[in-house]
Amino acid sequence: MPDLANHERADDTVRIATVAALAVVSILPILVMLSTSLKTQSQIFSGSFSFFMMPTFENYRNVLEGRFLGYLGNSIIVSVVATVLTLVFGTMCAYAISRFRFAGRSPIAMSTLLVRTIPPAVLAIPVYFILTPLHLDGLAGLTISYIALNLPFTIWLLYGFIEQVPTELEEAATVDGCGPYRLFFTLILPLLKPGLAAAAIFTFRIAWNELVLASILTNRTSRTLPYGVYLFITDVGIDWGQLMAAGMLVALPPLIFTFVAARQIITGLTAGAVKG
Amino acid sequence: MQLGSGLDRRLTPYVFAAPAVLIMLFGLLYPVIEAFRLSFYEVRLGEPVTAQAFRGFAIFAEALSDSSVRKSMAVTLQFSIIVVAIEMFLGVGLALILEKPLRGMMVFRTLLVLPMMIAPICVGLIWRYMFDVNVGPINSWLSVFALKPAWLAESGLAFFAICVTDIWQFTPFVFILALAGLQGIDQSSVEAAKMDGASTLQIIRYVKLPLLAPILMITILMRVIDALRGLEVVYAMTNGGPGLSTELFSLHIYKSAFVTQRMGHSAALSICLLIVTTALSALLLMWSNPLRQKGR
Repeated sequence: MPDLANHERADDTVRIATVAALAVVSILPILVMLSTSLKTQSQIFSGSFSFFMMPTFENYRNVLEGRFLGYLGNSIIVSVVATVLTLVFGTMCAYAISRFRFAGRSPIAMSTLLVRTIPPAVLAIPVYFILTPLHLDGLAGLTISYIALNLPFTIWLLYGFIEQVPTELEEAATVDGCGPYRLFFTLILPLLKPGLAAAAIFTFRIAWNELVLASILTNRTSRTLPYGVYLFITDVGIDWGQLMAAGMLVALPPLIFTFVAARQIITGLTAGAVKG
Repeated sequence: MQLGSGLDRRLTPYVFAAPAVLIMLFGLLYPVIEAFRLSFYEVRLGEPVTAQAFRGFAIFAEALSDSSVRKSMAVTLQFSIIVVAIEMFLGVGLALILEKPLRGMMVFRTLLVLPMMIAPICVGLIWRYMFDVNVGPINSWLSVFALKPAWLAESGLAFFAICVTDIWQFTPFVFILALAGLQGIDQSSVEAAKMDGASTLQIIRYVKLPLLAPILMITILMRVIDALRGLEVVYAMTNGGPGLSTELFSLHIYKSAFVTQRMGHSAALSICLLIVTTALSALLLMWSNPLRQKGR
């Protein structure tokens, strides 16, 4: 049936065109940021936009000469520490909920699910009032807040992965005299790599991108990148080249993660809505 | 010895759960209680919370009748309904078109996820540049038609601009969830409908959409909750202006705390926001409880 084959081919063409158009819409603004970051002031302010230019790294050089390098360091420290601790504590808690029956199990499980949508704007004021007298404002307090914010998602994502590990494995290891902690760290954790990867990307990304709490808890020396970028907007005007260069530096790690681990990210995104 | 190891065994789950539970108590629950307490006091940033500053529920009453608060509630309501409706329509429509596996779909999905992954502050700044009246690419392209709208300086246009930005960022989220849902549909019901001579549109209307309904409900709830929580994109794009035309509720909370520094006012409103998001979150749990559905 040649007619049907033709029809199918036309159908495919429509779908490929749709996909291509969508992909372009999706990345075009990001490419605008990239190309603007590589332009000179006069090119940017010429008033007619073009993707093409002689690339210059002037903006990047200027950005990295200022305080920005310090902000970068702060962001890396906060995000890495928050990610590692969130994964360890979150997985331990998910393991307790999955494998043990204990008083407090359901309240912990239920409240964990409810608090995962607390808006950062709700936390901003009280966290400031709580942490400042304890001298925990700055990077330490920020890290604690990020761990707390990320634990709920990590716990229920990892819970799903732990549930898929057959309990026979643990029973056998217990019979062989393996204690519960050694069992968890040497047997269970390595089996959860895909789940841990997804949780790590989400936690790191949220800590790396977070602005509201960071703008409140940090000062000139402890500032992290997102608020650092925002400070390029001044009353005098906006240096778009430098702003976009700074934005690119902030956007780069999440962009890289997305290309390296797209599958884990989509797992994480769909985890809540679609039964695994 | 025997007794000791029995106690040990009973303590084990608590040892596993304790670090996470303690951090969540300190980092989430305690701040929420503190926000509730602060909402009774009229204090400024850096001031001690004294008995003289106690106003009780008066601050709630005053905050909820404030005209700028009413305005920001209206803006938030309009914004959430418009963006979520358009995102659902586009996302589900695209998923239906692209349901059949296509080569290179993974690369495509990767590109679609990018706007959700980069920092909201970057998204806001990119689109502030896109919509810039003098140097922005959009006006540069529109100059062909001799148009030069002042996107972010005019109320209606600024509201339009923040909607476009949100739709750009989150339509892929709806698309990915809807696609995952479609691919989980039992194909035999679709085949059966085809055998009965149902048209493509009829299959979508009477077979696929009803089967997708639970996932679509969850997606809507997740999007609404997120739309209520987020403030960074608008903070970077318009900072709520011009006037109050793009001042989302969460942005109003943030600004009244740290710009106008009315802590009680801000805390009271944040409790209201928390009640709404938590109620939606509870609704979400009734639809899909990740701890229950795996049946243990």
